[in-house]
Amino acid sequence: MSEVLALEVRNIVKRFPGVLANDHVNFALRKGEVHALLGENGAGKTTLMNIIYGLYHPDEGEIFVNGEKVTIDSPHDAIRLGIGMVHQHFMLVPVFTVAENLILGAEPTKGWTLNLDAAREAVRRLSEQYGLEVDPDEVIEDMPVGVQQRVEILKALYRDAKVLVLDEPTAVLTPQEVEELFVIMRQLTERGVSIIFITHKLKEVMAIADHITVMRRGKVVGTTTPAETNEQGLAAMMVGREVVLQVEKSPAKPKDVVLEVKDLVVEDERHLVAVDGVSFEVREGEILGVAGVQGNGQTELVEAITGLRHIRGGKVLLRGKPTPERNPRYLIEHGMAHIPEDRQKHGLVLSYTIADNLVLCTYYKPPFAHGLQRNQAAIVENAQKLVGQFDVRTPSIFTTAGSLSGGNQQKVIVAREFSRPIKLLVANQPTRGLDVGSIEYIHKRIISMRDQGAAVLLVSAELDEITSLADRIAVMYHGKIVAVVDADKVTRTELGLLMAGSKIAEAAPAV
Amino acid sequence: MTTPASFANWKLFVKRWGWWLAGAVALAVLIGYYYAKSPQITEAVLASTLRQSVPLVLGALCGLLGERAAVINIGIEGQMLLAAFIAFLVNVYTGNLLLGVLAGVAIGALLGLLLAFMSVSLKIDQIIGGTVINILAIGLTGYFYKVGLSAHGKLNPIPLGPLTKIPLIGTVLFNNPPITYASILLVFLVHYVLFYTPWGLRTRAVGEHPRAADTLGINVYLVRYVNVVVGGALAGLAGAYLSLEAVGSFERLMTNGRGFVALAVMIFGKWTPFGAWGAALLFGFASALQTQLQFGGQVQIPHQFIGMLPYLLTIIVLAGFVGKARPPAADGIPYEKEG
Ligand SMILES: Nc1ncnc2c1ncn2[C@@H]1O[C@H](COP(=O)(O)OP(=O)(O)OP(=O)(O)O)[C@@H](O)[C@H]1O
Ligand SMILES: [Mg+2]
Repeated sequence: MSEVLALEVRNIVKRFPGVLANDHVNFALRKGEVHALLGENGAGKTTLMNIIYGLYHPDEGEIFVNGEKVTIDSPHDAIRLGIGMVHQHFMLVPVFTVAENLILGAEPTKGWTLNLDAAREAVRRLSEQYGLEVDPDEVIEDMPVGVQQRVEILKALYRDAKVLVLDEPTAVLTPQEVEELFVIMRQLTERGVSIIFITHKLKEVMAIADHITVMRRGKVVGTTTPAETNEQGLAAMMVGREVVLQVEKSPAKPKDVVLEVKDLVVEDERHLVAVDGVSFEVREGEILGVAGVQGNGQTELVEAITGLRHIRGGKVLLRGKPTPERNPRYLIEHGMAHIPEDRQKHGLVLSYTIADNLVLCTYYKPPFAHGLQRNQAAIVENAQKLVGQFDVRTPSIFTTAGSLSGGNQQKVIVAREFSRPIKLLVANQPTRGLDVGSIEYIHKRIISMRDQGAAVLLVSAELDEITSLADRIAVMYHGKIVAVVDADKVTRTELGLLMAGSKIAEAAPAV
Repeated sequence: MTTPASFANWKLFVKRWGWWLAGAVALAVLIGYYYAKSPQITEAVLASTLRQSVPLVLGALCGLLGERAAVINIGIEGQMLLAAFIAFLVNVYTGNLLLGVLAGVAIGALLGLLLAFMSVSLKIDQIIGGTVINILAIGLTGYFYKVGLSAHGKLNPIPLGPLTKIPLIGTVLFNNPPITYASILLVFLVHYVLFYTPWGLRTRAVGEHPRAADTLGINVYLVRYVNVVVGGALAGLAGAYLSLEAVGSFERLMTNGRGFVALAVMIFGKWTPFGAWGAALLFGFASALQTQLQFGGQVQIPHQFIGMLPYLLTIIVLAGFVGKARPPAADGIPYEKEG
């Protein structure tokens, strides 16, 4: 016990209106370790980290850094104490370059003038030192999320962080990027950096953590090590009951074609072809999984199908009829549901209440509207029903969506989309950032949607999700569908190879 | 790979700046032509263009300092008006022009402080905060205005030695009163501060993504306060310009909507100092032309129509260009710290 801890919190209590987000939390971070923090959505992980980083002020409790008691009133204090944080939702200025984001708040100067050359140099030096490749002059909003995350880590390193908080860093990363991140994390710990690593992926925890602390409903349930437990045990600790990690489903019984995509060509923001002549169909009662490394055109494909993006060429047919371009309402009214990739940008109006978010697709129709008037009673009743049914953890249905934990935001979207009679479900990364319990739940709902006869188009970078849910798998690579295979006739290795762009003999040609 | 890339860059450059380049060349040719034809009138119109642009560019700088930090200031009109009045009064009672100008700047800053307090601390809707300032200024100046007061002189042109000898440019650019010079310097200064200093970087970060700035230990509230107060000082300078440099007296509602035109100028200039300056000069030119047409008597159009020219031009230009401009992402949104 004489060992000096890099960071320790004792009896931290944090209340939000109607929620006890942290309930006498104790947590100890040893020097040079990776300490995983696990817990359900809304368990209070981000809240605890925000307290450590000075963004929230605890109602009770003490914080120790290197054995000394400290008060952290603002991020400024935290940075001074050598604490760095990569936030669950990135804190990068989208219109700034990498170099500008890196130095913001701690700018090198020459006289009065910003020294951007020094900033670029710092980017290069740090990138080289830690193998985090980025171009200092690239603008953040043009970069893939994986690279944005590197910038976030660089920001912390630039400020000389000795304690690094990574709040769900892997939620938006591809498997390869996760591997790279782990390499970086190991390098950092070798140099004496201590890391708090938040994730919902039990495999990752088992792979990299030295210690694991599990939280549930604001309390610490226990601390363990990968040697003492397994995935099943961790899941049970998190959720408080046994969780079925393997999805159970019966064979698909596909019927009529619901969605048909013909020679679709779509451009990205930079007017480069992102989807390059893609064709496929999805039938009633089946799940077509689109696998692929992120950034191979999946986002654009989904946006084109869901009426959010201009179509350059080809057709999208819904139940045999061509869909009008850029008309989401037509699609919604004809039975399409959409779980978008970016829940904060495209899924919710963060400043609206949960109740209002739950009727975003149907607010103008009875029972939620009478003519020009909203029917508040129906909206409230709907919200109460759905919040209960989908287990959204919130103090009230009048809470704004923005103050929910990430996982609970996703549940609100799923609740809204699944509460209408639907014929086609387009789900893009539906379980990103969700805890094992919620994933289990959403997977079950998707399968029951299928069994009720809906066609499901599932896009996921999570190979596990694709292999366990999809009936057929389309692999996307460089904007093209390189293969469509039956889910039970393909191995993970083959899928991995296809995703990396190589062809295999067994793979059926694209339909 | 380099050839297509640089070709693409070149195409991008033309796409982005082509129209401006073409416009600049056309303008130069036009000015040259008219200067050859009637030097006096051309000089007069251009000098008047510059004079008319001064309060607009100062007002626009005020607006963009605020909005770059996400505080919308529609109280520029009121800041200018009250500053013009106070500057005038101080001059009347002390006989000192410099004191008058300083008083105008101070009152502008003070109103900026009021706006910052309302919109940053109290988180009142920023449009309402600005409107409060406008109403306040109109009320105060209307109530305390007395007919018959007269200023002790006004700010006179300071010729910059031999530079004034350059044909056309010399008289237009290098023979101006102090606030006009100051406004030009301020365009460069604000540009420098905004794009080349840590303060500017922080300001823009606060305007785009205040939470990100906050997580880096930047005091979002402080940045907003300082920008709005400094902006107010610039609007105050614009007010002092009107009463002590342009006219040498105060009249009721003498700002005559310039504070609002300044906002339009800011938007047209895409929230950049040089853009705003260009837009202010355009508007100033239209005003100068209007005066010239009215008093030159060459055309027989009712003067009411000619009087519309600057405003019409602003509307057309704004309607044509504003779609392409992108305001700071957090513009107008009060920042809430959590927890
Ligand atoms: N700013 C806030 N205002 C009100 N309630 C909040 C706020 N931030 C968090 N909460 C609530 O506190 C609880 C804990 O949230 P927190 O974000 O810490 O969860 P989490 O463990 O990070 O979950 P997730 O895995 O979904 O990110 C939730 O019930 C959430 O709704
Ligand atoms: Mg969280």
